[in-house]
Amino acid sequence: MISTATLAQAGKQQGAALLRFLAILILALLVFAIVLLVFGKNPIEAYVDIFTSTIGSSYGWSEVLVKVIPLVLCATAVLLPARIGLVNVGGEGQLYIGALVASWGALAVADVMPGFLGLPTIIILGFIGGGLWAAIPAVLRAMGWLNETISTLLLNYVAILLVDYFVFGPLRDPSSANFPQSEPFPDAFRLPFLGSTRIHFGLIIATVVIAALYFVLNRTRWGYEMRAIGGNPNASRRHGMPISRYIIIIMFIAGGLAGLAGMGETMAIQGRLRPGFSPDYGYVGFLISWLAMHDPIGVVLMSFLIAIIALGGDTLQITQSMPFSSVNVLMSIILFIVLAKFSFGDIFKFFKKKEEATS
Amino acid sequence: MTTSFIQGVLTGSIQSSTSVLYAALGEVIVERAGVINLGVEGSMLMGAVSGFMVTQQSGSAGLGIIVAALVAGLFNLILAYLVVTRKANQLASGLALMFCGLGLSALIGKPYVGQMINGLDPLPVPVLSQIPFIGPVLFNYDFLIYMMVPLAVLVWWVLFKTRWGLSLRAVGEDPTVAFAAGLRPKLIQYQAIFIGGLFAGLGGAHLSLAYAQTWSEGMTSGRGFIAVALVIFASWNPLKAVGGALLFGGALAFQLQLQARGADISPFLLDMIPYLLTLGVLLFMRNRKNAMPEGLKAVFEGTS
Repeated sequence: MISTATLAQAGKQQGAALLRFLAILILALLVFAIVLLVFGKNPIEAYVDIFTSTIGSSYGWSEVLVKVIPLVLCATAVLLPARIGLVNVGGEGQLYIGALVASWGALAVADVMPGFLGLPTIIILGFIGGGLWAAIPAVLRAMGWLNETISTLLLNYVAILLVDYFVFGPLRDPSSANFPQSEPFPDAFRLPFLGSTRIHFGLIIATVVIAALYFVLNRTRWGYEMRAIGGNPNASRRHGMPISRYIIIIMFIAGGLAGLAGMGETMAIQGRLRPGFSPDYGYVGFLISWLAMHDPIGVVLMSFLIAIIALGGDTLQITQSMPFSSVNVLMSIILFIVLAKFSFGDIFKFFKKKEEATS
Repeated sequence: MTTSFIQGVLTGSIQSSTSVLYAALGEVIVERAGVINLGVEGSMLMGAVSGFMVTQQSGSAGLGIIVAALVAGLFNLILAYLVVTRKANQLASGLALMFCGLGLSALIGKPYVGQMINGLDPLPVPVLSQIPFIGPVLFNYDFLIYMMVPLAVLVWWVLFKTRWGLSLRAVGEDPTVAFAAGLRPKLIQYQAIFIGGLFAGLGGAHLSLAYAQTWSEGMTSGRGFIAVALVIFASWNPLKAVGGALLFGGALAFQLQLQARGADISPFLLDMIPYLLTLGVLLFMRNRKNAMPEGLKAVFEGTS
């Protein structure tokens, strides 16, 4: 049982974390403002553009939510393995294979399967597709053959090329003259949208995933065992914990979550399978999980922030004629500050010139 | 298999492996010092864009190359500060560096997209380049390609035959022990990361000044990541990296030549070859893990 005192303590800590994060954000915005000035842009105009186009209107907010869905799912694909000490850099590939398997399934069974089964079918296929792709490095790791950091990274390229192969080959819509893409999915095999917005059923999936993760990680024996494995794998193995099984199952679920992100992008937003449809969601998800220190609630907050910045890139492209990827600079400044673990104490340290004793 | 096909594959593999090899040589130095830089892609882009700009403005590709190397080297100091001074997670820091390079190079290079330059021209070796077949395959390249093998040998010599190389490898194995032995691990890691950046910059410069002779956003298209894979493939040995890079370039050139001849194989499946090959080799020679600097193991195990 958790006492009210510890709850208050936790609340205080989260409040402090939030304040600290706001300070980081302001610092990052200031640094990026200098970058903008150097390139002859007006930072105030740029920021006004970014924020009015995103959180300044209900349409903007809805687009932020659309972007948050894949980011949250891709971040959880990193968060979960990180809890047992695994580094999954393969979210991008898992996302693509989830989308590929779901698309293939939808196009293959659309004629024979009753429509009400469409939604569960694509969700399950998207999950299994991403999961199996992640299971490859998981098995290699569990056997002690190959480190998952390297293999997940390499498999990203294979996955993206595999989608290219199918979209330009077996799955290509013959009537798509110059745009290689699959045939459009039948309506029953598309994720439903919320009203007239582009917010889709993936939002519910992402919410359920976050709630489930929060519960499992903090309130169940699995969460406890995962923490033990992540903290000290050797001791956990001596205590008889099935580490290999954990590695494979966790990576399967993680890959499945990234697969759901890919499924959502194709089955809701795009309506067809297209080559190269992900703007690095997998890699950005990796960074979001690190920014949030692998905390489910933190992942949600960071996803909102990154979604706003990414959408801001679209806006700046139009209003300030800046290349879309220039907002990557803002994102990386935030990352640098967080990764460097700056705190206000550092300023005092700097003046005291306290040198670290070791190395 | 005609002679022209083989010649096409051979020259193509050398040309397309150059940028990857330079980046990989730099990464060997960085990783031997116990740091992994996943952001090579970003450093290469910074080199590519700055080299292109300077060449376009000054008309001198030589000056462009020097600036490219320096800019990428300085850019890498961001990573050095994060992982060496602040002890930040290396994988996340590397990816953050990649995104920074991607964005910054796009921002800097925007006015230069589609511009023309007098890039790095081939310097045919007199007489030798006239030999049929061997001439075009071996003696008709630009300066950076000729420097490929000598620089790989130089890196090998520095790493394994000099005092500085020994210190660097000692730091890569265990910084604490190296410190106890009187070395300055942080300084050495800073140096390694800076030099790694110089090489990544040369790789980027070859891409924008010689291979493509143009600048476009994100033009490295994954070569930085290939370089990281290549270093593992080459078990942290600069000489083996040469062979590995040629193999990578070879797969690419083979694919382009097949396509040019209208072969009925999907280019996408052929494009997978380098990545699958690396995975296969890593699996096949998994005992080579022992060649991995001890300091890197902690990073890969997620404990650092």
